[in-house]
Amino acid sequence: MVANSDVNIAVTRGHVHAIVGENGAGKSTLMKILYGMQRPDEGSIAVNGKTVTFSSPSDAIEAGVGMVHQHFMLADNLTVLENIVLGSEPRKGGLLHHAEARRRIEEIGASYGLDVEPDQLVEELGVGDRQRIEIIKVLYRGAKILILDEPTAVLVPQEVDELFDNLRELKAEGLTVIFISHKLDEVLRVADEITVIRRGSTVATVDPAETNARALAELMVGSELPSPETRESTVTDQAMLTVSDLTLRTSDGRALLEDVGFTIHKGEVLGIAGVEGNGQGELVEAIMGMRRAEVGEVRLGDEDISGWPTRRRREAGVAYIPEDRHRHGLLLEAPLWENRILGHQTQEPNVSGPWIDRKGARKDTQRIVEQYDVRTPSIDVFASALSGGNQQKLIVGREMSGTPVVLIAAHPTRGVDVGAQAAIWDHIRTARREGLAVLLISADLDELIGLSDTIKVILRGRFVADVDPSHVTPEELGSAMTGAGASA
Amino acid sequence: MNSRLDPRRILVTLAAPLMAIVFAFIITSLVLFAADDPIVDTWTTILDVGSQPRSISLIVNSATVFYFSALAVAIGFRMNLFNIGVDGQYRLGVFTGAVVGSAVSLPKPLHILVIVLTSMIVSALWAGIAGILKVTRGVSEVISTIMLNAIATGLIAYLLRKVAVPVAGSNNIGTELLPGSARIGGLGLIPDSPVKIYGFIVVAALAGIGYSVLLSRTRFGFDLRATGRSESAAVASGVNVKRMIVISMLLSGATAGLVGMPVLLGEAYSYSLAFPAGLGFTGIAIALLGRNHPVGIAIGALLWAYLDVSGNPLQILVGFSSEIVTIMQGVIVLSVVVAYELVRRFRISQEQRRVARALEAQPAPREPQGVGA
Repeated sequence: MVANSDVNIAVTRGHVHAIVGENGAGKSTLMKILYGMQRPDEGSIAVNGKTVTFSSPSDAIEAGVGMVHQHFMLADNLTVLENIVLGSEPRKGGLLHHAEARRRIEEIGASYGLDVEPDQLVEELGVGDRQRIEIIKVLYRGAKILILDEPTAVLVPQEVDELFDNLRELKAEGLTVIFISHKLDEVLRVADEITVIRRGSTVATVDPAETNARALAELMVGSELPSPETRESTVTDQAMLTVSDLTLRTSDGRALLEDVGFTIHKGEVLGIAGVEGNGQGELVEAIMGMRRAEVGEVRLGDEDISGWPTRRRREAGVAYIPEDRHRHGLLLEAPLWENRILGHQTQEPNVSGPWIDRKGARKDTQRIVEQYDVRTPSIDVFASALSGGNQQKLIVGREMSGTPVVLIAAHPTRGVDVGAQAAIWDHIRTARREGLAVLLISADLDELIGLSDTIKVILRGRFVADVDPSHVTPEELGSAMTGAGASA
Repeated sequence: MNSRLDPRRILVTLAAPLMAIVFAFIITSLVLFAADDPIVDTWTTILDVGSQPRSISLIVNSATVFYFSALAVAIGFRMNLFNIGVDGQYRLGVFTGAVVGSAVSLPKPLHILVIVLTSMIVSALWAGIAGILKVTRGVSEVISTIMLNAIATGLIAYLLRKVAVPVAGSNNIGTELLPGSARIGGLGLIPDSPVKIYGFIVVAALAGIGYSVLLSRTRFGFDLRATGRSESAAVASGVNVKRMIVISMLLSGATAGLVGMPVLLGEAYSYSLAFPAGLGFTGIAIALLGRNHPVGIAIGALLWAYLDVSGNPLQILVGFSSEIVTIMQGVIVLSVVVAYELVRRFRISQEQRRVARALEAQPAPREPQGVGA
């Protein structure tokens, strides 16, 4: 139904069609074209055999093409119902016709198995629910073809399962789903057909039953895959980061972290495995000093740093690759060289005394751009102008600068393409050989198993198991993460 | 930044205020037309103001005062703090400065210094209340500074009754006149003008330079701007945001303390009921107009002062209404805010496109587009 000139894709009605490719391979651009947010220079799009031109998203919606964005576009302080009808409200006497809106939402919910509570405020909802609302929003506007841009990036595994159930339901009702992702195992689970894009053009369209994740990844990259395997052990007996009895509660007393403790030695990588939202974020924030733990101690080498503010910890050599680079890692509307300074505002070569050393910071930014292969025309462009993977490379380069002693890395290769991923792994491995202690949190189980010397499994704020990465498979680790399998 | 000198970038930066002024000109003309007022004559009268030496002096003097006010607001803006309270802060500061200044006797430069510092400290502390309330109790600085304005008004009225002496030849009351050692002489910068320029204009220029250096060249300034751009990223980078809020409010308040100084030390020599009020709000408009940039604010202050002064002849002439100037000022601010936002978005998307293009042109483009997920 949909075609494009340098990219050729044919999507069959009632199928889930996945599009996979590296960062910057052109997935997002393709989606923007399909949704009328960007005009194609050449080529055509046909829906149900009829050629169409979309000059804006509303044209696309008219033709029955709807898009669910990666970042949700919902108003927190409105109810589910209000969010869904926003912009195309059924009216009665100039006012919102609540009963009619509710009827239609319930109808959609019933026919596609999408359960939502129309009167709940969106701010009270979790990510999975929000995504369902986004899908209903699109269906409410009469879409027959749904484009989902990286829908699983923000979901925990259970929510992914629910989403996939929903997608199957949609498919059964004759809707078509275009599913963009770079999580290959998920794509293999849900798609009826998979198209691989590389450097802006389609490489292959494959049947998921006849391929596997590795073969797909090789199609994406166009070459043999690197692996995160770490060969020799470099663990020493010198404790670098020691956390003991760490406990953190919400204001209503629910435990976010309970009695968490571990030691990372010089040259050791400690991996934390767990379903997202089980306390990893809080653990990182407590170690970085962004959040105060009520009980417990954090030691850096021999020193108790529990009372230190974040800046002092960073000055002492604790590097930090945050989970959410937009919120915690970058100033999006600032040039790259200013982003080099961020987090290292008191350190060489960024400052001399109370002054910012522009020359030093710029020179070092240039070094990072070269060493970490950050694709940018200059260090004066805003960080927002770079692709996600390149932003991540800049952050990794920055945090590895100035010989850190401890690295807190939350999803260091998230959103990064396969080539850059291998480079980041190399950098971490090299630094580890030179004595860096790393706390690695990752949802990528292969990465976790490949890089870590020890793995601890976290569940509901507690460590429930220790795993030896040399004798564990991703499947075993996955079941330990959900509380099944391995002993607590 | 090297790229600041890029001519295209300069053009884009200038586009917004120019668009806003043209737009304001059109709207104002339409208002004149609808009200059946003389359009051409009104504009020639307004434009004529710029050619009279006396008016030019008045414009520069008003602009000096506005400059401090806008700078005070801008310090807050750079950190996403809305200091609506510059108005109360400067009035309380200048009042205290006038009282202290008339009570002590000191040799010339010291006397002036004492008055200026008193005013700055009082204004800073008044602003600091809002900062402390924000970091300890989570009170929005918008609300607290508005309230503090009202309290300052009452407080000054009450205290003025205690210390006031009648102003000769009127039923106005004010603080005692400052002696000669606390006065700053005017500068005869504009030839043929009977009005002298405030000597305090030198301090305004220094304050502008200080602001620029502080924000873009120091660690403190970096922390401040980082907090304004993204509080979460600033926290992760080790900025103590609470401390920054208090310091910024103090700094903003201290600058507000300078607002009343040119008039007090160069013209009025006393704080009376007739002392100019409302300058803090003008400062908000000018800070927006000047995009918190020290040069931009200077241009904005001059423009604002120009329009203010051009209201005078309109008031005198029959058949004209000077309120048209206020309408114009209002439209400029509104349209400039919209125009800046448009330009900002344009620049971000331009830059993304530019990066994508530049990368496509590179020899080995593994990532040909800058838009990957």
